[in-house]
Amino acid sequence: MDTISIRAPSVPSSGAKVRRSVRTRLPAAFALLPTALVVLVVYIGCMLWTVRLSFTSSTLLPKLDWFGFTQYTRLFANDRFVTSAENIVIFGALFISGCLIIGFLLAVFIEQNVRGEGLFRTVFLYPYAMSFVVTGVAWQWFLNPGLGLQKLVRDMGFESFTFDWLVNQRMAIYTIVIAGLWHGSGLTMAIMLAGLRGIDKDLWKAAKIDGIPTWRVYTSVVLPLLRPMVVTATVLLATGVVKLYDLVVAMTLGGPGIATEVPAKFVMDHLFERNNIGLGTAAATIMLITVVSVLAPWVYTRYVRPQGRHA
Amino acid sequence: MRLKTRVSAYILAVALISSSGALAQQKAEVLHWWTSAGESASVRVFADQFTKAGGTWVDNAIAGGANARTAGINRMVGGNPPTMMQFNTGKQFDELVSNDLVRDVDQQAQAGKWRQVMPKPIVDATVREGKFYAVPVNIHGQNWMFYNTKIFADAGLEPPKTFPELVASGEKLKAKGIIPIALGGQPNWEHNLFRAVVVGHGGADMFRQLYGTRKPDVVKSPKFKETVELFGKMRGLVDPGSPGRNWNDATALVITNKAAMHFNGDWAKGEFIAAGQTAGKEYGCTVVGQEPKLVIGGDVFVFPATTDKTALATQDKLIQVLLDPTTQVEFNKKKGSIPVRMDVDVSSMDTCAQKSHSILQDPANQVESMEILSPPNFSGAMQDAVTQYWNNPNMSADSFIEKIVNAMRDAA
Repeated sequence: MDTISIRAPSVPSSGAKVRRSVRTRLPAAFALLPTALVVLVVYIGCMLWTVRLSFTSSTLLPKLDWFGFTQYTRLFANDRFVTSAENIVIFGALFISGCLIIGFLLAVFIEQNVRGEGLFRTVFLYPYAMSFVVTGVAWQWFLNPGLGLQKLVRDMGFESFTFDWLVNQRMAIYTIVIAGLWHGSGLTMAIMLAGLRGIDKDLWKAAKIDGIPTWRVYTSVVLPLLRPMVVTATVLLATGVVKLYDLVVAMTLGGPGIATEVPAKFVMDHLFERNNIGLGTAAATIMLITVVSVLAPWVYTRYVRPQGRHA
Repeated sequence: MRLKTRVSAYILAVALISSSGALAQQKAEVLHWWTSAGESASVRVFADQFTKAGGTWVDNAIAGGANARTAGINRMVGGNPPTMMQFNTGKQFDELVSNDLVRDVDQQAQAGKWRQVMPKPIVDATVREGKFYAVPVNIHGQNWMFYNTKIFADAGLEPPKTFPELVASGEKLKAKGIIPIALGGQPNWEHNLFRAVVVGHGGADMFRQLYGTRKPDVVKSPKFKETVELFGKMRGLVDPGSPGRNWNDATALVITNKAAMHFNGDWAKGEFIAAGQTAGKEYGCTVVGQEPKLVIGGDVFVFPATTDKTALATQDKLIQVLLDPTTQVEFNKKKGSIPVRMDVDVSSMDTCAQKSHSILQDPANQVESMEILSPPNFSGAMQDAVTQYWNNPNMSADSFIEKIVNAMRDAA
């Protein structure tokens, strides 16, 4: 119940088994061949191509010279890239933890068998059906000091009310987090709710007999049982963090100044607008290295080590 | 040997038949990014004239300049190019020329005397190694200041002639509760405003050295620092809602009497026209600076290289249509720009266009735009520096200048 690790098929013990497994596996392998080719050629191939290009002085068109680590030196001396890197850490931490907490609380709320559950579920999940561009534009209007929330509250008579995060250099990245939370919490809720519904009702009865307070059951019994759901939600949210681009473009265009720039936007701008393939691919390579180095320990502990133990 | 001859004769025959067949219906696929209402109306002028001349216009509009260019370049590299493709006047198609992907049109240029009738910066931006590789179709002025005539009349002020004057009148307008400068607070518009200040206060040479030769000496001069500080003072003249605003929303502030001044290219005229306003009545246009220097850029069409006779003939016809004097005037009326040929009669155009035309009559007033002078990686790095300086009131002129020096070094 508490692990979802994918285990390799058990090691065959005799020759007959090997023959049989080859016979059954051959069609499967054949069916998977196109996918495997696509993965190898398109994904891995493009990845290697990108890394290679980051060591060139390519501008508009790819050029296969050798430029050493110059693009990387430029990259780390570039304010915009450094700010982008900081922003993605801030956004990632707040977005993932925020979505998990809000999603869990919403799921618990719905789990209480409230009236109109279907309505609430739809309302909470609805933002996820919006594209990031729509989300960004809507929040841009809502948070614009001259048009949205600030003006509304001031018009109601609170003249001194100020909420100008969107146009404030230091706070603008948090408005992106807010919009992201609005967008992503619903999905987390749906995943958590599925998990909650799957929990054995007898556990609740047992806890009641023992007189354990409800909140304690949630934190000490339910949450550990929900671990697979938390992992799934985290992985889904993390991919959203890495590819964060359209929300920023729609909401702030990286501004005010460079306050809300993110790495994906840095890569896109340099590849397609600034004719700077060298610098763009260098930034993309750094993103790849970061993602791999975050994932590697996790993959190791979940997939590699457990198998080693079982063998 | 005999077989070979027969085969080649056969191919020739097929080629002749197919080419003569196609000659009857010259089909031109045109890739461009003119998708807004005014822009598509203007490109329709070309399409209609080409149809009148007996061709078939296949419109391939892709929204967003960067998207359109990426799509077009990919198709050229892949060997399936459109018949004609739009670029901005400048360096965007440099590498296409050096890789022999576009056709040289110098023969047509000499027949049409393009070098005599077009402003020199536009000619220089289109000519590579002594040959025309693109057809310029219009001239856009980028550093216009649009102003609300009523606001200035009510405040008893004249539209400013220089940037120090502009800052002084701006403070007065601000005290009256009017937004002095309406700015679309996105990095490229902040950069556009900066360029207007550089050319207006620092002069044409400073502009050319900064964006063209890119030697650090120019930014270390006292005059440049003065210009940067003047630009810094203008931060106080925009409203707090500026960051992130679209340029057309900024123009709307002037149209609705909320803001006094707005710096933009002449494409902003389309917004005033759409609101039913007339140049010289509700709004005025002027170039701020000791002497009015107009930063000019525009659009060109390139013709992907081909050996197909039909395609070549179609391209020749397109070139004729694009530069026909009547087409030029009609196209540019809709586009907001002015004809690229200085020898056409512009008296039927609005006062801003006429002003633009008369300023450009003196070659000394023609300043080539950043797109012509700088490679995109330098202008991009400049944009990052400008937007940081503009949005961070605590940033000193010196640290801004240092960022420019770094940008010059990395783009070398």
